[in-house]
Amino acid sequence: MHEEIYIAGLGGQGALSMGQLLALAATSENKEVSYVPFYGPEKRGGFANCGVIISDHPISSPIISEPSVLVVMNNLSLKNYEDSVILGGIIIVNSSMVNLGVKRSDVRVVSIQASEEAEHLGDVRVANSVILGALIELTEVVSVSAVEKSLEEVLPKRNLNMIPINFKALERGAELASNYKKAWSNLS
Amino acid sequence: MKGNDAIGEGAILAGCRHFFGYPITPQSEVTHYLAKRLPEVGGLFMQAESELASINLVFGAACAGARVMTASSGPGISLMQEGLSFLAGSELPCVLVNIMRGGPGLGNIGPSQADYFQATKGGGHGDYHTIVLAPNSVQEILDMMKKAFDMSDMYRMPVMVMADGIMGQMMEPVVINEEKSVEIPPRPWATIGRDYHENRNEINSLFVVLEEMEEVNLRLLHKYEEIHAKETLCEEYMLDDAEVALVAFGTVSRICRAVVDKAREQGIRAGLIRPITLWPFPHDVISRIAKSAQCFLAVEMNMGQMFEDVEIGAKGRAPVYHYGRLGGMVPLAKDILEELKKVSKRRGTGR
Amino acid sequence: MKKITARPYSLRDIPFHYCPGCMHGIAHRLVAEVIDELGIHGRTIGISSVGCSVFAKHYFNVDMIQAAHGRAPSIATGVKRVLPDRVLFTYQGDGDLAAIGIGDFIHTAYRGEKITTIFINNTVYGMTGGQMAPTTLIGQVTKTTPFGRSVEINGNPIRVCELIASVEGVAYVERVSLHNPKEIIKAKKAIRKAFEMQLNGIGFSLVEALSACPTNLGLSPLEAVKWMEEKMIPFYPLGVYKSPAGGGLSA
Ligand SMILES: Cc1ncc(C[n+]2csc(CCOP(=O)(O)OP(=O)(O)O)c2C)c(N)n1
Ligand code: SF4
Ligand SMILES: [Mg+2]
Repeated sequence: MHEEIYIAGLGGQGALSMGQLLALAATSENKEVSYVPFYGPEKRGGFANCGVIISDHPISSPIISEPSVLVVMNNLSLKNYEDSVILGGIIIVNSSMVNLGVKRSDVRVVSIQASEEAEHLGDVRVANSVILGALIELTEVVSVSAVEKSLEEVLPKRNLNMIPINFKALERGAELASNYKKAWSNLS
Repeated sequence: MKGNDAIGEGAILAGCRHFFGYPITPQSEVTHYLAKRLPEVGGLFMQAESELASINLVFGAACAGARVMTASSGPGISLMQEGLSFLAGSELPCVLVNIMRGGPGLGNIGPSQADYFQATKGGGHGDYHTIVLAPNSVQEILDMMKKAFDMSDMYRMPVMVMADGIMGQMMEPVVINEEKSVEIPPRPWATIGRDYHENRNEINSLFVVLEEMEEVNLRLLHKYEEIHAKETLCEEYMLDDAEVALVAFGTVSRICRAVVDKAREQGIRAGLIRPITLWPFPHDVISRIAKSAQCFLAVEMNMGQMFEDVEIGAKGRAPVYHYGRLGGMVPLAKDILEELKKVSKRRGTGR
Repeated sequence: MKKITARPYSLRDIPFHYCPGCMHGIAHRLVAEVIDELGIHGRTIGISSVGCSVFAKHYFNVDMIQAAHGRAPSIATGVKRVLPDRVLFTYQGDGDLAAIGIGDFIHTAYRGEKITTIFINNTVYGMTGGQMAPTTLIGQVTKTTPFGRSVEINGNPIRVCELIASVEGVAYVERVSLHNPKEIIKAKKAIRKAFEMQLNGIGFSLVEALSACPTNLGLSPLEAVKWMEEKMIPFYPLGVYKSPAGGGLSA
């Protein structure tokens, strides 16, 4: 197993926390992990991307130039990074935020209306957990339970009541992704 | 653990209990970490009014015999250069961390390796050197802080740990080896008051008698020669049969290692030399590889600074090429691979 | 013959290199006497600055540190923060303290560092050959103000005591003069008080000592004393600028 995951969005959208959570979960499973954030000087609204590599082997370069999984949370990120994804890679589009289509036909595209899904569950703030749930289902880089445990660790005490709904969001994401998985296996 | 936190924790593990510094991105997290952590272990974190003050607070604490450090980035490190020269001249131990950013001028907060010359070729005035260490993983940062303090004590001189902004921000799992107690070597030279040691101590870098100054310079020179002989560190990867030897340090060396693997998959015999000490630079390794490799490709996030040290090491035996990204940009594996393919067919030195 | 002026133990037996009529030597002696009298010789660490008194590091018989130009207060702070039970003093000229080092000085004062600063105001850069200092008087001729210091070009002289008297964290500020025996006795008292403030942990203390640099004023030592009385002291009034309510001195 070796996945190079690039998560791209705007400051405040939670791309960096999502990457950190993923890295933490993988660390707890004793996998080889690297996490590198890239962001502009603005705290909010500037670009905020991160690269997470999770592998069974020692990681040589922590810098991702050709991701196997790309998560995009705004139009510009899709435009900028679409071409970098490896052949047969996965692009997860948060279609609540992105209205452009993916042009490439040699990658697998998963489109998730994360905000709407989250609202459905009762709190728009768990949108990223929906995405994360999908990502884990598709790649199996970490177990859901590892993510859940890490979530309990990093969530500030005052937000502990958010844990159940986050778990539900992860589950919902996985469910949506499994539909895609089925469709892909029917194709091949 | 995050790179910047590893700097702080590594310092604490090394027995450092005093930090003086001034905020600057992308180094600020070091100060945030130590501001919290140092009081927990009975240490002192103090924010200075400038880097000028920081380095002189460090100077004072070093005079008092403490294991002490500061951290900064580009503009701040520039302001510290006078102090660095005084530390070298007064033969005081301390550790500095430079999390490099894009420049010149205010530049940007992007990752960079543009302070190589400043760090390795002096930076401040006068005839002196600073030991410069360049870690390339979070674990190595953690372990290297101890080494930095030990070396600075052993040779009584400032040691700089130099990394780019990516190293500071990067998170990787680490193993923390907590030693029971850290041995800090005695400091008979420290100015701690005459009741506390035998002779009267003077910490000084002023020698008005020219012969005396020359004597001091010569002593420093011998020290530097000893360090060159004993402390040069370098990692070699796939060099035995390499036709093209990449040379890179810090984050870039990680990317280059992946490039070597890719190149080998495609049948190109590539290898990697990673200097771990930038000063002393592993010129000897370069010289040795120059006998077997066809050429060198120095890859850096600057216009070609370490490149010059590679040329010194190559002694004209093999051409040295340079590939650099500037301004806070990071060279990508696929672009380095392209460049590698190009130079493996080229002849003659150039950038 | 009876020896009436024995060398203080805290001064080494080395002849001063200062010019005739220079008052650095007097100030050194006063500081050394106070260190002796307070019995703090073994735990005092001095920081000499860059200026004619750069050799102070050589003259004082205590552990000494040579600072870079203007940085003595930061270095003293660094030592004091590691060794809070030691006695720290800086010895600085007007160029060192009020020009290149005023940032370090002000911040050290504001932090209320428990250190003592002996500030020698001789209105010029003595060591580099008599250039203008921040304390050079209006109209005063120096190497870099050959037509006299003008407000338009050079701004106004800095009165250091007045500048920091209002600063919280500062325990004691006094301006003294070294131009005659009576004032020298007062100066010694002031230096003693300044050290006592530190010993009692009250805060930062400063003694500004007005001095002459006959060499760079182009005057004889006697003329220089007259110049101080007529020109310098009226602009830099002597006296205590700050002392803690109740004196701040425990017995
Ligand atoms: C960074 C730096 N700039 C300039 C100098 C040169 N310099 C040496 S002493 C001095 C002036 C000292 O004047 P002052 O502090 O008034 O001391 P004095 O000689 O009058 O006692 C200067 C500018 C220096 N040593 N370092
Ligand atoms: S130049 Fe002035 S300050 Fe310096 S030693 Fe001579 S008289 Fe004193
Ligand atoms: Mg002066």
